[in-house]
Parts: sequence; C-alpha cells; structure tokens
Amino acid sequence: MRTYILQRLLQMIIVMIVVMVASFVIVELPPGDFLTTLREQLTEQNVDPKVIDSTVAMYRERYGLGENWFIRFAKWAWSLMKGDMGYSMQHNRPASDLIGERLSLTLWISVATLVFMFIIAIPIGMLSAIKQYSAWDHAFTFLALLGVSVPSFITALVFLLLSVTMMGATSVAGLFSPEYVTAAWSWAKFVDLLKHVWVILFIVGLGDTASTIRIMRAKMLDTLGEPYIDTARMKGLSSAKIYFRHALRVAINPIISSIGLRFPQIISGSTIVAIVLTLPLIGPLLLDALRGEDVYLACSILVLLTLALIIGNFLADLTLAWLDPRIRLES
Amino acid sequence: MDQIALAERAPDQPDLETEERAEGAKQVSFGRLIFLRFLRNQAAVVAAIALILIYLVTLACPFFAPYGPTTRFLDMVAHPPHIPRFIDAEGQFHLQPFVYATVQERDPKTMQRKYSPNTAQIHPLRLFVRAEEYTFLFWRSDLHLFGAEGAAVFLLGADTQGRDLLSRILFGGRISTTVGLIGVAISLCLGIIIGMTSGYLGGAVDSVIQRGIEVLLSFPSLPLWMALSLALPKHWNAVRIFLLITILLSIVGWGGLARVVRGMTLALKSEEYVLASRMSGGDTGWILLRHILPANLSYVIVAATLAVPGIILGETALSFLGLGIQPPMISWGVLLQDAQKVSFLSQMPWLIAPAFFIMATVLAFNFIGDGLRDALDPYSKF
Repeated sequence: MRTYILQRLLQMIIVMIVVMVASFVIVELPPGDFLTTLREQLTEQNVDPKVIDSTVAMYRERYGLGENWFIRFAKWAWSLMKGDMGYSMQHNRPASDLIGERLSLTLWISVATLVFMFIIAIPIGMLSAIKQYSAWDHAFTFLALLGVSVPSFITALVFLLLSVTMMGATSVAGLFSPEYVTAAWSWAKFVDLLKHVWVILFIVGLGDTASTIRIMRAKMLDTLGEPYIDTARMKGLSSAKIYFRHALRVAINPIISSIGLRFPQIISGSTIVAIVLTLPLIGPLLLDALRGEDVYLACSILVLLTLALIIGNFLADLTLAWLDPRIRLES
Repeated sequence: MDQIALAERAPDQPDLETEERAEGAKQVSFGRLIFLRFLRNQAAVVAAIALILIYLVTLACPFFAPYGPTTRFLDMVAHPPHIPRFIDAEGQFHLQPFVYATVQERDPKTMQRKYSPNTAQIHPLRLFVRAEEYTFLFWRSDLHLFGAEGAAVFLLGADTQGRDLLSRILFGGRISTTVGLIGVAISLCLGIIIGMTSGYLGGAVDSVIQRGIEVLLSFPSLPLWMALSLALPKHWNAVRIFLLITILLSIVGWGGLARVVRGMTLALKSEEYVLASRMSGGDTGWILLRHILPANLSYVIVAATLAVPGIILGETALSFLGLGIQPPMISWGVLLQDAQKVSFLSQMPWLIAPAFFIMATVLAFNFIGDGLRDALDPYSKF
C-alpha cells in the first residue's frame, strides 16, 4: 500500500509539472504584452509617470519579463509555489485575492455535485438492473440517455427560460438571496446557500448522473449474472444481502474509478453554468481573465483547477485501493 | 463481409443439395449480421433516419431555408413565430395552410414591440417557391422548399435583427454538424495511430504515451479549450478560425479514442494469427495495417460515433461563450449567444430553439452509438 501511494504521489508531481508548463505556454501564446497593457492601464488612471516606471520595472524583475521563456517560467512557477499567484491587470489586485473564495466555492460545489450524483445515480442504477425491463427501468434508461445528451449549459438556459417566463424572474438565480450576497459567512448564510444550491447541483450534475446511472446499470447486470451470486442465492441469503454485500461491492468499482474522469467534467460544467447563470464561481473570472489577456490570473486559475483535479483523482484512487483488494495487492 | 449468404444465391444454382441445407440454417455474413442486429434496435434506427435527415437538411440548407442567413426584415424585428393556420378569421377552413401578415405596433406604456395580424388577406404557404437566389455547390438557383405568398414567414420567429431564426438554425447547423464529423475524423486518425503504436510497441513507449494521455484527460477540457481558443490570431478570417477550432477540439478529444484502440491492440497482438504473420516475415507496419487495424475498426467506429457529440457540444459551448466560431459565420452556439441575455430571453423565448436542434443531434448520435455497440457485442443474443 505504501509503495502504491508513493508511486501515485510521484506521478502526481510529474503531471503537475507538465500541467504548469502547458498552462504557461498556452496562456503565453496570445499576442500582447503584459507590461505594455499594464503601462497603458496605469497611464489611463493618471498615475505619476515615475510610479509607472518603477511598477513596470518591479514586474519586469519579478516575473523575468523580457528574458527567455524558461527563466520566465521558472520565476512564475517559483512564485506560484510560494502562494503568490501574480497580479491581475484587469482588477488591479493580486490574483490570489480574486481567486480565493471563488475557487473554494467552486470546489465545494463540484464535490457536492459528485456526492449528489452518487446519491441519485447508484440506487437508480441498481433498481434498473434488479428490475430489468420493468417500467421503471425503461423510464430511467430513457431519462438517462436524455440526460447524457443535454449539455449543462443548455439545461441552464432552459432553466433560465423557465424561471423568466413562468416565474417572472427579472434577474438570474444566484447562489444566495440578495441580503446574504455580501454578508460574512454565518449559519444563516449557509442555510440560504442550501436553499439555492440544489438547482445548481442538478444542472451541473445532470449529465454525469445520467451516465453514472447507465454504467451502474450495466455493471450491476454483469455482476448479477456471475456464478457467485447464484451461489449466494443458493446459500439462502436474503436479497438485500446479495444485492448490497455481494453485487454492489463489485459493481461500484468502475464508478469509483471514474471519479477521476467525472471531476474534470464537473469542473468544466460548473465553469459554463456559472457563466450562464452569473454565479460567483471561478468560471466567469476565468472567462474575463482570458478575454482580457490577464495572463497571470488565467494561468493561476488553470493550474489551480488542474491541481484540484489531480488531488481529487488521487483520493479516488486511494478509495478504490481501499475498497478493492485486487488493486491493493497488485502493486 | 463479402461472404454472400448462401440462401441468397441465384435460384438457378446447380448444387441443389447445398441449397437445401442452406435453407435449413441461414448463413449470413458478419457485416449483415451486425446490420440485422442494428435494425432490431428501433430507437437506433429512428435515430439513424433522423440523423440522415438532419445532415441532409443542413447540408442543403440554402434550399430548405426560406431565406438567407443574413437577410434582414427591418419591419419584423423580434417577430414571434408564425403558426401556420387552417381556419381564417371568418371561421372558414382552408385546405392549404396560410399565415397572416403582421403590423408592428408599440405598446404606448412599455414601448415594447407588438405584432397584430392583418386578417384582411391570407398568405398561403406554398412548396417549391422561387425566392432569394443562392449558390449551392456551384449551382445557382432560387428555388426554396417553402415560402408564403406575398409575405415573410418565420416558423421559428425572428431574432433581434429581424432575421429568420429557422434559416439561421439551418445554416448554423451546417457548421455545427460538420465540426463534429471533421473533428472526429482528426481524433480518429490521432487516436488510431497513437493508440496502436502504444499498444503494439509496449514498454517505455507505452508508458510515456499513457502518462501523456492521463495528463491530457486530467485537464478540465472546457477551461483548456477556452485558453487555447484565445491563442488563435484574431485577425484571421472566419473559415480559418473554424478549421482551427475544429482541430483544437479534436486535439483535446483524441485521448479517449487512443485508449480504446490501445486496449484492443494489446489484446490482439498476442493472437495466433498475428503471431503467424510475424513468423512469416510480416513487418510491423504490415501487421498493424493488415491484421490489427481491421479487427479494431468496428469498435473504434462505435467509440467514434459516441465521441461526435462531445465535439459538437464543445464547439457549441465555445461559440456560445464567444470564443469559438466568429461571425459572420454562424453555428448553433453562436445563435444561442442571444439567448444568454435574460432581457432578450424573457421577450423572445423562441431564441432558445437552437438548443433543441443541438439536443436532437446529440441524442441521435448517442442512440446510434448504443445501437452499434449492442449490434457488435458478440455475447448479445440474436
């Protein structure tokens, strides 16, 4: 087990380095120069020319601008590791200030979506398999296929349409009631969040829930056809015991191992849903940063999102190794 | 595939005994078996027909669309959809559907546009009308599938600039559906080449490629697409951007396909017939092309069918955010941009119509992919 964890940790670090280089290159690709933009921006704000010069010089020094890309990358990577995410030119604030709460909210919502997905999809998938070809099975199979085909931003748009035409809403549903938007975190604010968040979870999680239902149903059907299930039946075990102790334990493995692939999709989904519904998540910030060529902000967001994903995958792998002795013993 | 079913041979077959035996146990080729299995799945067949229709209509959109994509009707801005009527204002029944022309008014209080029908004259809808001229595949014509006599007809309403939404959806569909096919073709090439190399060579090459794919798959695809699409030069023309966006979508999307191909190759390379080929002196290229690729192909086609929706949705999402296809080129995502604004949507709910076309296309691909997968499953009953 220890070698397994160490192996995975090493792999994570390598992936992270590749991701950092890739993000940096991608974000550096568009034409346009950070310093020129910064200078223009400061000039517009009628800042004293001397201050402009010193600010620009400071950034040139700090990020090694004007030097070759390798040094620039090393400086950026080093400052990122120290927790300094650079400076947002659009917002005139350090990037970490902007990312902070939005990122944590995004991650919480993604994790909540994942949990929501499990709670909905596993029982439905099991039910569909146990009562194969029943009316329930047909209904859920159809709904699942529909759910797989509808991208989250279209669900969000339909939701927007319904709330605008049916309920006469003039603004978009947010995460909080108006009185709590700027309030500090408190129990009341949390309860208020719970009241609003389920819609978001539903919209973001619909596609993945649907495909999890399909996988769960297929795996459960496979497992129920295994000889050891017949053995269990012949031993006279109760149906509940057969389904939960014998079938579910094996059938759930592909679902757990697919968390690693679900998480990026959920993050992508929440990005665009947040843009459509203007939620205070990381999505709109990233879009603005990319549009405004806000290099360091965009880059940091990309890296942090991927870091969250890699950690998520790592945890999923650990869970899988803990659940399935075959994986644990192999390494 | 080319093995003809014995029962289907010409009746003047000399060997009567063989024919009799064939009557007893009908023999069908592998390809035909898959086809027959596919036909049994009604949902997949309906989806296949629907998809053929979607592609036909969007490819020949200048004919099926009543107007051009940029034709503006300035007095019909934000016009709600016309519903073809059969019964006129006097309660008389007409066999041929018709529409009323409308007059634009302003609500004196809210200043909102209102359209009231002018019931004095009916405008029957006709098939094969001569209207705007267009060029389709070097072929000039002015024939359109339908149109109203003496009036404009917007079956799905008009947008904020007085353009027919249905026509724009058909023209946009041409781009959106093509992106899916071209994108998957590129993904398929990359996936097959890289997947086969990885699976067949094994060892260090395999590990490096697999780790590479893991890195690719661990990026959240949408943020990555967003970042990449902004790296495209802005001054390029729309066609170039379109091609680059397609390439970009497939570059992020080939990882899954490569994994499928690798798994298949890994299983196949230890088969006896591959070994036999190698022993008789077949080189790697020959074995891969002649023995492993054909055996892979059917599963790869299923995986590719199921990958098309991802690429179509990727393009739609990017264009929807304004990072994909650039005007004057239109795609379903570009059309949905208008629906993003709450103020537009509340007054013109029909702007969401492109979403249903996207859903129909994606649903069709998923049904067909499912049907193909079931048909190819060697363990499925027949």
